Amino acid sequence: MEKIKKGVRLEHISKIYTDPKTKNDFYAVKDTSITIDPGTFVTLLGPSGCGKTTTLRMIAGFESPDEGEIYLGDEPINSLTPNKRDTAMVFQSYALLPHYNIFDNVAYGLKLRKLPKEEIRDRVLKILDLVELTGMETRMTNQLSGGQQQRVALARALVIEPSVLLFDEPLSNLDAKLRVQMRTEIRRIQQEVGITAIYVTHDQSEAMAISDNIIIMDKGVVAQMGTPHQIYYNPVNEFVADFIGEANFLRGTMKGIEGNLAIMELNGQRFKVEYHEGMEEGRQYTAVLRPEASCLSDDKGVSCKVVLSCFMGSYQNYHVMVGDSLVRLEEYNPKNKKIYKVGDQCRLDFDPASVHVLPC
Amino acid sequence: MAKGQGAALDKKKLMADPVMVTTIVLLITFLSLFILYPLAILLVDSFIGDGGGLSFSVFSRIFKIPTFTTAITNTLKVGFMVGIIATAVGLLFAYVEVYVKMNRFAGGLFKVVSMLPVVSPPFVLSLSMIMLFGKAGIITRYLLKIYDNSVYGFWGIVVVQSLTFFPVCYMMFKGLLKNIDPSLEEAARDMGASRFKVFTSVTFPLLLPGIGNAFLVTFIESIADFANPMIIGGNYDTLATTIYLQITGAYDKAGAAAMAVVLLCITLAMFIVQKYVLEARSTATLTGKASRGRMLIEDKSVRIPLTTLCSLGALFVVMMYICVPIGALFPTWGFKFFPLTGKWFKLVFTRYNGFKAFKDSFMLSLIAAPITALLSMIISYLVVKRKFRSKAFIEAVSMLAMAVPGTVLGVGYIRGFSGGLFHTGLLQGLYGTGAILIIVFIIRSLPTGTRSGIAALRQIDKSIEESAYDMGADSFRVFTTVTLPLIKDSFLSGLVTAFVRSITAISAIILLVTPQYLLITVQINEFAEKGSFGLACAFASILILITYGAVLLMNLFIKYFGTSRKFKEAE
Repeated sequence: MEKIKKGVRLEHISKIYTDPKTKNDFYAVKDTSITIDPGTFVTLLGPSGCGKTTTLRMIAGFESPDEGEIYLGDEPINSLTPNKRDTAMVFQSYALLPHYNIFDNVAYGLKLRKLPKEEIRDRVLKILDLVELTGMETRMTNQLSGGQQQRVALARALVIEPSVLLFDEPLSNLDAKLRVQMRTEIRRIQQEVGITAIYVTHDQSEAMAISDNIIIMDKGVVAQMGTPHQIYYNPVNEFVADFIGEANFLRGTMKGIEGNLAIMELNGQRFKVEYHEGMEEGRQYTAVLRPEASCLSDDKGVSCKVVLSCFMGSYQNYHVMVGDSLVRLEEYNPKNKKIYKVGDQCRLDFDPASVHVLPC
Repeated sequence: MAKGQGAALDKKKLMADPVMVTTIVLLITFLSLFILYPLAILLVDSFIGDGGGLSFSVFSRIFKIPTFTTAITNTLKVGFMVGIIATAVGLLFAYVEVYVKMNRFAGGLFKVVSMLPVVSPPFVLSLSMIMLFGKAGIITRYLLKIYDNSVYGFWGIVVVQSLTFFPVCYMMFKGLLKNIDPSLEEAARDMGASRFKVFTSVTFPLLLPGIGNAFLVTFIESIADFANPMIIGGNYDTLATTIYLQITGAYDKAGAAAMAVVLLCITLAMFIVQKYVLEARSTATLTGKASRGRMLIEDKSVRIPLTTLCSLGALFVVMMYICVPIGALFPTWGFKFFPLTGKWFKLVFTRYNGFKAFKDSFMLSLIAAPITALLSMIISYLVVKRKFRSKAFIEAVSMLAMAVPGTVLGVGYIRGFSGGLFHTGLLQGLYGTGAILIIVFIIRSLPTGTRSGIAALRQIDKSIEESAYDMGADSFRVFTTVTLPLIKDSFLSGLVTAFVRSITAISAIILLVTPQYLLITVQINEFAEKGSFGLACAFASILILITYGAVLLMNLFIKYFGTSRKFKEAE
């Protein structure tokens, strides 16, 4: 694919919808600016109704932005219809044409481009080989399994060699195991082809597994943009922290500085977190504690009470109360560790470096 | 917040698609010219009418005509009665079919009954009613020895219309009843309700909006019906026949226009209630798909009386229809039955220009049918799959055509086109040609086709067309390579329905046809009026044969080339 890779740029994009019941206008997407570099895999992640699909559909051209401009490479594409845009979308429901067989489905876009028959044949067969569907050309779409249909949809989008591939929750109709397998596939193929990909999902583990960059959206605006690492370890607010992985929030007041650590107080108990530039004594902060980053002990840390203790195989799942905050934690490989029971008084211990601090 | 840019971009994208824009413009022109304009001109004419200048003079004049005011009460009385009877009978049939275990024979009969009104001309039952129960009726005169039975008038119309329209109610209720989740009723049974109590406390309340819906649909059909009151009404005039006589008998076109406005107002009011209040509610209460099959009633004390009753009813209807071809074989109806003869059929073709009548009807319908089918698919595609500003207009106007009685449309065309557009002479050449007949055929079948097209398209995931669009196809290609192949079945049945409806149409056509064209339905009407039942029956039998052949052909086509078969096989 000797094509110049193109990125996508959204500049101050807004989309307004009207609530069908109340007739009130609201922003489905509000003043969103995003830059997606050529050749990267970017995921739009967020709960349902956050505007991620609307954003994707605006890039594809199915919806028109009410404010702002969308660029493909350096070309503004606002007024182009979907069929004139150099993008290809993989739909949630696959959207295969049920009256065509697999070959014709994949060849559809090429036939529209009036390519010579031999070239169409070569390209279709090559792409079917890439998605590992060789030999299935003459099957009808409903003779395929969900995962295979997904591959056809992907092949159909890839074969026209678009500048950007768009994915609209493509795996949500598959069962859990297949979902994991397919997302690895998608990532492999994207890497092999080197294409720019924008992927919409509400599944955070999916986003973590395949993306170069994740864009978290909430109520129509971008909450945070960054690599999976940045987003997991340095969430900008509680929404992001809670949405990506599981998070416990301990709200405390900063009482002082000790070396490069800050001392926090919660219900009269003290604990330490990493000190960051700009933290002030006497102010309230939220410590974000990941379930896997803490453990229970008899003598170290803040005192707590066990309210749930549950063996999950690979880990022991605890819920403990620190004052009136609930903390969920997972102790891995519990075989030779002490198991606390419901009602036990113990201590919650964690490494200050693995706690992220947010201003309240 | 301003949606300006998005709307402007949507418009720009639409304009970048010339085929689509042209189609929309043509459609709007067509619908305005042939549905809205004739109705508008009726309004204008009846308010300006006699003296010139805006006044109620025409209305006050027609309301002083006693036959007109009785016609209004007559029409409403008939409509009301037919609505009740047809709904009740339809419900009974549907209930028996869905809830009661039936034998093969009864099941077959039900199927035939639901099919007959589709393939037969609208007034066949009037013919057989007169032939069976009239003064010289086989049953009344020869079996019961009643010599002065009169079928003409109120009860004649009511019986015939009820028999004609109840299969429509039956099909509607069948759909609704099948959507009731059996577990609702099982839950009621489980809590101790008797079968009768289940019906009155669960099934019936769920059906109530549907019952209102069926009643109004029949009511509208009844008051719009022209052919049956014409043949069997006798002196009992309804609005449709009065308007016809006002034009053909009294040559009072302005008066007829005002009368048509009155009739239109009644049907329109009913239609609005039916469409926007009841139809939505009747399906809203029954969204649940049946989770599993229903336990059919096998109890003999319920099963035998119900199936027997319905089978007898169905047999009666079938007999009424069979009476027509048999009637065509008797030498003289009511006097001489044997030996059976083919002379009426022969006369049809030798003396009464049968060939020309069949050729004209056939050709005109054959031209109208594909246009109607294609138009209705295009309209449904636009309505269901695309968004643009004038979409609501297109949808509303094509549905409006459903509420316009044929007679009203006919008068509108006379007023609107005989003197050219707005009486200016523009497009005057259209009037009296075959083209205007074809247009009437199209307009009359368009709503049915559009409705079934919309239903079919709603079944198709929107993203299938979006994916084609995304791959680089423009609207035209999306429609021809994706939409049309996916609704091929609906298109085919729309084609045949349009053909059958056209070839059996009479109400609007009878006002517009010129001596240059001989149409079968008009011929049948004429001979029935004259009392030449042998000839009328001969014409009608051949017509039924043609329509039945068309339906058979369609089923065969769908079976071998239809989309659904291919998918089903693969599953």
